[in-house]
Amino acid sequence: MRAAVVAALLPWLSACSAPSYLGEFTEGVTALFDLGDVMRPAGREAEQIAQLAWVLFIGAAILWLLVMALFVYITKQNPRPLSRRWAEALIIGGGGIFPVIVLGILLVWTLPLMPAQRMPGDGLTIRVTGKQWWWKVEYLDANGDEANTVVSANEIRLPKGRRTEIVLAADRVIHSFWIPALAGKTDMIPGQTTRMALEPTKTGTFRGVCAEFCGESHALMAFDAVVLEEPAFKAWLAAEREPADAPRTAAERRGAEVFLTQGCGACHAVRGTPAQAQIGPDLTHFGSRLTLGAGSFDNRSAERQSWVAHAAAMKPGARMPAYASLSDEDLAALDRYLEGLK
Amino acid sequence: MMRDAEKTPNSDREPQGPYPPSEAMLAEQVEPRVTAEGAAQLRAAWKTPQGVKYLTAVNNSEVGLWYALTCFFFMMAAGVLALLMRVQLAFPGNDFLSADRFNQFFTMHGSAMMFLFAVPMFEAMAILLLPAFLGARDMPFPRLSAFGYWCFLIGGVFVFGSVLFDAAPSSGWFMYPPLATQSEGVGSDIWLLGLSFIEVASIAAAVELIVGVLKCRPPGMRINLMPLYGWYVLVVGGMILFAFPPLIAGDFLFELERSFNWPFFDPERGGNPLLWQHLFWIFGHPEVYIIFLPSIAIAAMIVPTVANRPIVGYSWIVLSAVGTGFLSFGLWVHHMFTTGLPSLSLGFFSAASESVVIPTGIQLFAFLATLMVGRLTLSVPMLFIAGALAIFVFGGLTGIMLALVPFDWQVHDSYFIVAHLHYTLFGGMVFPVLAGVYYFYPFLRKKMLSERIGKWVFWLIFIGFNVTFLPMHLSGLRGMPRRVFTYPDEPGLNLLNLISTVGAFIIAIGFLLFAWDLLRPRRKHPLAPLNPWNAGTLEWSNDVPAEAWGSRSIPYVTSRYPLWDQTKLVERMHAGRYYLPDAPEHKRETLITTVLDARPIQCMRVTGPAWITLAAAGFTGGAFIFPTFHVYWPAIVCAAFAIVCILYWLWTSTAPIPPKEMRDVGLGLKLPIYAAGPASAGWWGVWITMLGDTTAFASLVFGYFFYWTASADYPPADAVHANGPLIFTASLVLLCSWALTVAAREVNRRGRVAMARVLLIAAPLCAVGGIAALIASVLVAGLDPVSHVYPATVWAFMVWACVHMGAGIIMQLYCLARSLAGRMTPTHDADLWNVTLYWHFMALTAAVTGLVIGLFPRMM
Repeated sequence: MRAAVVAALLPWLSACSAPSYLGEFTEGVTALFDLGDVMRPAGREAEQIAQLAWVLFIGAAILWLLVMALFVYITKQNPRPLSRRWAEALIIGGGGIFPVIVLGILLVWTLPLMPAQRMPGDGLTIRVTGKQWWWKVEYLDANGDEANTVVSANEIRLPKGRRTEIVLAADRVIHSFWIPALAGKTDMIPGQTTRMALEPTKTGTFRGVCAEFCGESHALMAFDAVVLEEPAFKAWLAAEREPADAPRTAAERRGAEVFLTQGCGACHAVRGTPAQAQIGPDLTHFGSRLTLGAGSFDNRSAERQSWVAHAAAMKPGARMPAYASLSDEDLAALDRYLEGLK
Repeated sequence: MMRDAEKTPNSDREPQGPYPPSEAMLAEQVEPRVTAEGAAQLRAAWKTPQGVKYLTAVNNSEVGLWYALTCFFFMMAAGVLALLMRVQLAFPGNDFLSADRFNQFFTMHGSAMMFLFAVPMFEAMAILLLPAFLGARDMPFPRLSAFGYWCFLIGGVFVFGSVLFDAAPSSGWFMYPPLATQSEGVGSDIWLLGLSFIEVASIAAAVELIVGVLKCRPPGMRINLMPLYGWYVLVVGGMILFAFPPLIAGDFLFELERSFNWPFFDPERGGNPLLWQHLFWIFGHPEVYIIFLPSIAIAAMIVPTVANRPIVGYSWIVLSAVGTGFLSFGLWVHHMFTTGLPSLSLGFFSAASESVVIPTGIQLFAFLATLMVGRLTLSVPMLFIAGALAIFVFGGLTGIMLALVPFDWQVHDSYFIVAHLHYTLFGGMVFPVLAGVYYFYPFLRKKMLSERIGKWVFWLIFIGFNVTFLPMHLSGLRGMPRRVFTYPDEPGLNLLNLISTVGAFIIAIGFLLFAWDLLRPRRKHPLAPLNPWNAGTLEWSNDVPAEAWGSRSIPYVTSRYPLWDQTKLVERMHAGRYYLPDAPEHKRETLITTVLDARPIQCMRVTGPAWITLAAAGFTGGAFIFPTFHVYWPAIVCAAFAIVCILYWLWTSTAPIPPKEMRDVGLGLKLPIYAAGPASAGWWGVWITMLGDTTAFASLVFGYFFYWTASADYPPADAVHANGPLIFTASLVLLCSWALTVAAREVNRRGRVAMARVLLIAAPLCAVGGIAALIASVLVAGLDPVSHVYPATVWAFMVWACVHMGAGIIMQLYCLARSLAGRMTPTHDADLWNVTLYWHFMALTAAVTGLVIGLFPRMM
């Protein structure tokens, strides 16, 4: 079964890498010089940490080279033996005094960073709950009215230049919420709530992941963080608040029917339809999301159909049952319907 | 002070004769006939059993070798798991391994490297080497070493074997609940029970090593003349004693939740998953130094030899080792920086984590300074030490970064950590151990390992290591979390992972080459010279070809480097000019000396080969393994048989009353053969064991108060408490049992044997009453341990106390039986001294249990 799915996905997998292996290799080598999201920050927290990291990396490189140079000098040059007095001075100076000074400076620099990194948000609050293995995302109402909460999943949208409070919870096991480009991570612990705040400084789409091992498909628990200019964010949130669009074409209508008759609504919600369950991800605006299966696959027709037919084969341990018995037509119609849920 | 403490309670067992020996006494010639006769007697006494009976061997050179080879095997096996994982991660979206199997593999890779390789490897090397460093004949409790080894082998095969049946634990080596408590199948139980079993064996080895360092040094080797290795063994042994018990307490709670649904870590019923994280890392962080310090110790032996000079800054190194040991217990929260703890406590643990740089730096610079003071002779062991330095310093520098909280928030649980921890462990453990193997191989096998192959091994592993792990820093910075069976298809990430996989295979080739050179037959190779590296410490005085007795005679030592400073020492040792040069009764013997200044005070008869240790280990294994599958009756039967085996073993071999009180150990010195109380090694063994046991109990108390501080409703307002009067009675009656035991010892010493026997009947009766009252206090009140974490903790205290008191009753009855059988008398009462010591700790347990579950909740 698993092999069949992989075989089905192979054509498009290889389509990406087919042109030439050499091409991919040079692309890879170029990419090696890109230090990644942590060092290419797009949020205030991550910027502070990246700055710190540069100092640490360069300082560590210098210290390492110094120690190695000393060692090579001792072993290769065979210098005149040192007197015991100077040797003891080397031990106290190198092992005691020097580290105390360096570490003192580092602590004085970084300890005040902690409260700065943990400053509260300035308006919008998003509650993210870690599930096995997806993210429930709720945009809370500014006045605290739970009825006005906008429920979404597996994608987080943030306004640029604002400080958004993130409230973290977990369902059954511990997860950890991490968007390397924006900030450090915070654990999500069952029975407790933890918090952090994100203040993006650049627009764009950034990858977020679960950083704490949370079971079989921990590797496939990711999400997209989409940072928008504030007006665009407001427009998006207003649209997200609306119920789902009604199906327009015949295929979509048939898909909606399949959705209900197959019992998808027992786990999923599509607001504006009888499907209201909160066990699986909310699908009201599923068609507008960039990815599928919690940041793990592209949200395209082939992957969507494959997912509905046998989710657990794409994502081991996923709780969604396999709908392998659906006819090709039903599957295609369901796919059209889901795609239309913009 | 120490002198008085170690006085024999019985004053006619004082050492007699001149000590220390004068130069004139040592210079006296011995007739060759006497030397030969002594050698023949020793050879007979220390003969290694042949054929199938080889398995009954208990001598440190055999047990240590089995231990080391078993650890090496587990290391290679865990390395194979790593290779398979690297194959899976060579390409994104690979399906070489399924997700579940990958999770089993990384869990087992970490668990095996920690529990089946790194810690036992320290114990293996220490058991092999320590007696030789100290000129001793053997470890103080050889059968305990053998018992520990067989426990380790059974537990290790059981835990690791689960991988072959697709039943291995899959929640990570850290086993965080609720994931691990909820996980289906027996994987979590195998981890908990199998490794608890091994931890018990580790603690047994630690106890023996500590007693070995403190009591088995050669005459004259004051504690400040001890080889640095001894100091490290002492520090690491102490750390094991205080670090493993919190984990054992955690395992105890965890398995109670797994088996009986007591909700210690279940937030829905008041439990808290973070308690496990605290207990685990209070163990887990010292664990890192438990692995690192013994390897530094190997470097501390090699560096002076290579430099041809005594180590510079001996006292600084000792202080740093002790300091590292202490500090390592105050750092555990740096594994929990992302759990949302308050900034104030994070700041404290950040500073504490950085402070460990100072003792580590002092040790490294002391080695560099020693090299600078001396004249180097480069050799393969030194090559590995150089590699260790390069890699460890790199890992240490990334460690400094990680201790800074904001930086840790970014890279925590990413591949950056995978890189960091492998840099510290390869640099701080694997390379020094490889150096140690090359350095000590001629001591162990009396042959040399190939220098040419050694250089190949070094460069393969060194290059392979950096190719594998250097790119992982970048993978982490690119946002790749740890413990993932696959990763997204991105050009940079793909290439980084492919490079890591290639590097892993280079390391593997290096290790295969090493294994071949290590294990290939060497019958035709020439014997190594007596002291091939021109080292200064006692192990290089041992005979070539090898003899099972260790030291031909036990020297009088006046220097840190006796082979350099005491010119005639080796010659005189081999001529049997020093202590214990013979074994007229063909018994295995070693010297016991005082803790600080190593005055000889006893000639201890150590135990020889036996099947009983194997049987005891087998049954103990059954007692731990059966509950894994939730079958309890066979487990109880096994536990009973294990107790019977251990009692038989103690009955037949410990503290036998010798026909002659005194033994002429040579140079005119006569030493008692029997010792009781603080003068005996056994008493120190009990004392040290009970420190560990009490630490586990303290961890339970910590858990109780952790719940109390972490949640507002603990104990819940409407909670039922254990019955007050019954708890009070239980504590009181148990304290009576303790008082009766103490009284029995005192009465027996004064010669009133009948009275002592009466007291030894009354004491266990009191203890039975105490146990009954304790159980009743919980049952009468109707506490339901499944309903909420509060009654569950009360039950846990009750079970802990009852099991310990039960063991105490067996010990009291054992003393009674020994007295009745005439094996314990007013003058030979070591058993009663040891049991009384155990009961001192039981008095503490009973009192604290009463206060915590009886009094404290009523005061709230």
